[in-house]
Amino acid sequence: MAQAEVSIKPTEAQGGHGHPDKWKWYDYFTFNVDHKVIGIQYLVTSFLFYLVGGFMAVLMRTELATPDSDFLSPELYNAFLTNHGTIMIFLWIVPAAIGGFGNFLIPLMIGARDMAFPKLNALAFWLNPPAGAVLAASFFLGGGAQSGWTSYPPLSEITANLPQTLWCVALIMVGTSSILGSVNFLVTIWKMRVPSMAWDQMPLFCWAMVATSILALFATPVLAAALILLTFDINFGTSFFKPDAGGNVVVYQHLFWFYSHPAVYLMILPIFGIMSEVIPVHARKPIFGYKAIAYSSLTICLVGLFVWVHHMFTSGTAPWMRIFFTISTLIVAVPTGVKIFSWVATLWGGKIRYTTAMLFAVGLLSMFVFGGLSGVTLGAAPFDIHVHDTYYVVGHFHYVLFGGSVFGIYSGVYHWFPKITGRMLNEGLGKVHFVLTFIGTILTFTPMHNLGMQGMPRRVAMYDPQFAHLNQLVTVGAYILAVSVIPFYINVIWSWMAGAKAGPNPWNALTMEWTTDSPPIIENWEVLPVLTHGPYEYGMDKADQVGPAGEPTEATRV
Amino acid sequence: MQGSIDSNAAVANGHEVAAHEEHQDLRVLGLITFLASEFLMFAGFFAVFLVFRGSHVQWPPEETEVELLLPAVNTLILVSSSWVINLGTKAIKKNDLAGMRKWFGITAAMGAVFLAGQVYEYMNLGYGLKTNLFSNCFYLTTGFHGAHVFIGLLLILGVLWRSRRANHYSDITHTGPEMAEIYWHFVDVVWIVLFTLIYLLTLLN
Amino acid sequence: MKQIPAPFWTLVLGIAVTLISLWVGQNHNLLPVQASEQAPLVDDLFGVMVTIGTALFIVVQGAIVYSMIRFRRRKGDDTDGPPIEGNLPLEAFWTAIPSIIVVGLGLYSVVVFQEMGGFSPGGHHGHGAMVAMAPQQSVIDVAPLLAQMGPGENADADVYSKSQVYGFGASPLLQPNQPDVTVNVTGMQFAWIFRYPDTGITDGELHIPVGKDVQLKIEAQDVIHSFWVPQFRLKQDALPGEPGELRFVATREGTYPVVCAELCGSYHGAMRTQVIVHSPEDYADWVASRVAEATSTTTVAQPLENPSDAEYLAAMVKDRPTAIAPDLAQSPVQIAQMDHTQMDHGAAQNP
Repeated sequence: MAQAEVSIKPTEAQGGHGHPDKWKWYDYFTFNVDHKVIGIQYLVTSFLFYLVGGFMAVLMRTELATPDSDFLSPELYNAFLTNHGTIMIFLWIVPAAIGGFGNFLIPLMIGARDMAFPKLNALAFWLNPPAGAVLAASFFLGGGAQSGWTSYPPLSEITANLPQTLWCVALIMVGTSSILGSVNFLVTIWKMRVPSMAWDQMPLFCWAMVATSILALFATPVLAAALILLTFDINFGTSFFKPDAGGNVVVYQHLFWFYSHPAVYLMILPIFGIMSEVIPVHARKPIFGYKAIAYSSLTICLVGLFVWVHHMFTSGTAPWMRIFFTISTLIVAVPTGVKIFSWVATLWGGKIRYTTAMLFAVGLLSMFVFGGLSGVTLGAAPFDIHVHDTYYVVGHFHYVLFGGSVFGIYSGVYHWFPKITGRMLNEGLGKVHFVLTFIGTILTFTPMHNLGMQGMPRRVAMYDPQFAHLNQLVTVGAYILAVSVIPFYINVIWSWMAGAKAGPNPWNALTMEWTTDSPPIIENWEVLPVLTHGPYEYGMDKADQVGPAGEPTEATRV
Repeated sequence: MQGSIDSNAAVANGHEVAAHEEHQDLRVLGLITFLASEFLMFAGFFAVFLVFRGSHVQWPPEETEVELLLPAVNTLILVSSSWVINLGTKAIKKNDLAGMRKWFGITAAMGAVFLAGQVYEYMNLGYGLKTNLFSNCFYLTTGFHGAHVFIGLLLILGVLWRSRRANHYSDITHTGPEMAEIYWHFVDVVWIVLFTLIYLLTLLN
Repeated sequence: MKQIPAPFWTLVLGIAVTLISLWVGQNHNLLPVQASEQAPLVDDLFGVMVTIGTALFIVVQGAIVYSMIRFRRRKGDDTDGPPIEGNLPLEAFWTAIPSIIVVGLGLYSVVVFQEMGGFSPGGHHGHGAMVAMAPQQSVIDVAPLLAQMGPGENADADVYSKSQVYGFGASPLLQPNQPDVTVNVTGMQFAWIFRYPDTGITDGELHIPVGKDVQLKIEAQDVIHSFWVPQFRLKQDALPGEPGELRFVATREGTYPVVCAELCGSYHGAMRTQVIVHSPEDYADWVASRVAEATSTTTVAQPLENPSDAEYLAAMVKDRPTAIAPDLAQSPVQIAQMDHTQMDHGAAQNP
């Protein structure tokens, strides 16, 4: 890497910031403002919370192996189902996909040295661990919140008041974190791209993060409002959601879902971005339909703000609402379909490499087709009336959130681990991980659809014995999923310490993050790169400018 | 992605220097983005208020009428303070530090008067947060707005405090006062909506 | 294979996919038996979605699997694939087709929703069809009476005088008329209570006659519950302070589960009972026997005057020791188990 140009490096700038040449291990436990450190902090903490949420899921599935409530107390079961959902959404997928990959990759992808507001960024991260601690505390101070991650009043106002309040506090903290992060992403992408990068030369992950950030900015404060009202109802004697004092329980649902449906897109849009990065690299082909994919992210973001009532088709919603939101919901299928078709077309005719990153990406594609189709059936109000609040819904959203988001996070980890740590993950263990996860996912979440249609409601600790066989199958699947993370965690820990050295560009990829060292130096580049080709120009002359070993040629260096 | 653009080294190095600066303009941009988001939290409160207003025969209910005179005076004070703070940032843009301190001081005083008036109103209304659904909404929204005014006041006082240091603010570096001003305008806009919904709409009954 | 032109294979594949999809759409057997007039409407819609979904699933998954096999990297090949960046007609095609499908499904959903009676909840006696044509009315008049409803008052009367009722009303396929049977359904932690205002019967199970126009007025006493009979394909949340309605004609005699579908607390899973669809004669017998019971004992008259939970449940247990209603002296666990056993007709092992 050392070249004559290195001397141009403005040394006084580095001296001015007063940071060392390389971060020590303990720097990762401090209020560090480097976007890469923050990205790693997000990823590592979220992977820890993933284990906690997964542990709760395993206990719940163990309870559900038999129809009777005989393993956990019903209160504990409800606390687990509430906190499983809360942790998996707010402390696993959102921080991993948005906080982790977003922070680590965006400055590297657009040729910036850091995010626009590094201190704010660090603050946003450091809101997360305390939020997790507050949730943990809610278990010891009254058995945890027990009214589901939706926390509908009046149930949430008469059950476990202190844990419920702590739950609200934790969510307001992660919500604030999410808003601060989004401000940072938007301003960074808008203003800090390397001067030679036009909007339509940005990697698609950045487009996805633009859409994600806009959505988070619009939706999250409304959740905060709902939770503040709920907190006041519980603790300060107000009656916003108390029907016997003139309050209205449905108003909460509107506020909640105005955030929480977009939250689904918060969890999948960054993943779509990861897909658009991983697939072209490992299929060795330009992304098919760059503009269509970029704009479909924005379309999903826009339409996604107007579909929330489909979570309330059986609630207190007027007929016109049920119809309006049926149609708006179905419309979301179109931009999502465009993305899926574009990725399939990217695969078509490529030279597909069977890397673990690629396997997870293609696995995601496959899962998402199923999850998307079941989503369309749920969008149609007449059918949703039947399966709303049943295991059909549980099956559907786990297909899109586990088969979608979690597969995407895995894919992203396998793809960027070399960049993040400078070492390769073990491909053999990776494939074991993939196979176990793929089988486990299908086994766990497919029978749930049948259960729901046949009549099993969700969020139950005890159920009709006629459903016992399918539930046992689901439980077996869940155990396989639990086992599947073992090779992954071993792989990550072992490879981080002793994996093969990666070099700057092990996949021979064209986006800008691969033009710097692995792991990137502090401030990312010694001399900022200049854009000489688009992010996906595989098979074109331009691509030859990056040599096979990934060493940038003279042309890409200043 | 279609065409490749070659930039020269000078551009890249120029950007690099910029990256090491304080991102002055970006902070303003960030604040505006954040406030847009913040506004939606108030929008949530307002939506709840409007739903309840629409679903109750008498709103506000009989024993919880709002007062109009004091809030109207308060509104005048707050709205005109937005104009005053603007004079302050105009002054610093002309490198008139004393002018900025004067106008910011007046704004802070007006904000304090507004808050005092709010507290006085609370103490003399004769009903509290828990009285009924209307009072729930009333105290929650005005209280949250009041908290934001308080934060705005602290920002202005912070600017005044920092302005004691020589050359801290000038016609070139005035992001601090500018951000305080933007925040103050935000507080003002929220109040105008709030005043319309909670106070003025009662005139329609 | 070389001699046969590609369009031929495309045609064969297309026909095969169509046939498979149509077959799957008709024979998926995913849904429970149909026991209401709404059920076939919902199932037909679902069948159409399954058909389209199967076709899309096969095509897309097929393309993925084919690509993964056919376009895998061969040993020693380090070159890139062809630099194809897009294809506007193709992209327009796969934007347009889903759009058309989605619009079609949307319109079909509206039709089904209307035939199910979705546009006429709360339709006043004989005016169901009229209300159906003016759904937007609902937003404007959201329940001005709510403010007047004090705690402790009889919620039933107040709530149903509100203009907005949520759920399903009379199907426009029926003659708009008075329902044959009206039942007030109350959800409470963790039981359903069914009151028959015409006869004064109160029960923990829902008894209805087959082939008759039944109206359920659904309400919750404490938290949100959700009334669901999978075999009817109907569900409506029971919301405290907000009236719900389900109106349907049961088409098949039998015993079906009534499930609470909204998390309502620790024993949510145990909040199950059953609906018994009688033949008209059996139903008449049941009504007669319950009314006779009521006149022979004095306690049962009480439910008419809206008893508290405890009074009601105590009365139930006293009168019908085998009833689903739990004894208040028992712990919630025992209550749950009682419900459970009752539900399964003794099939479950009661631990």
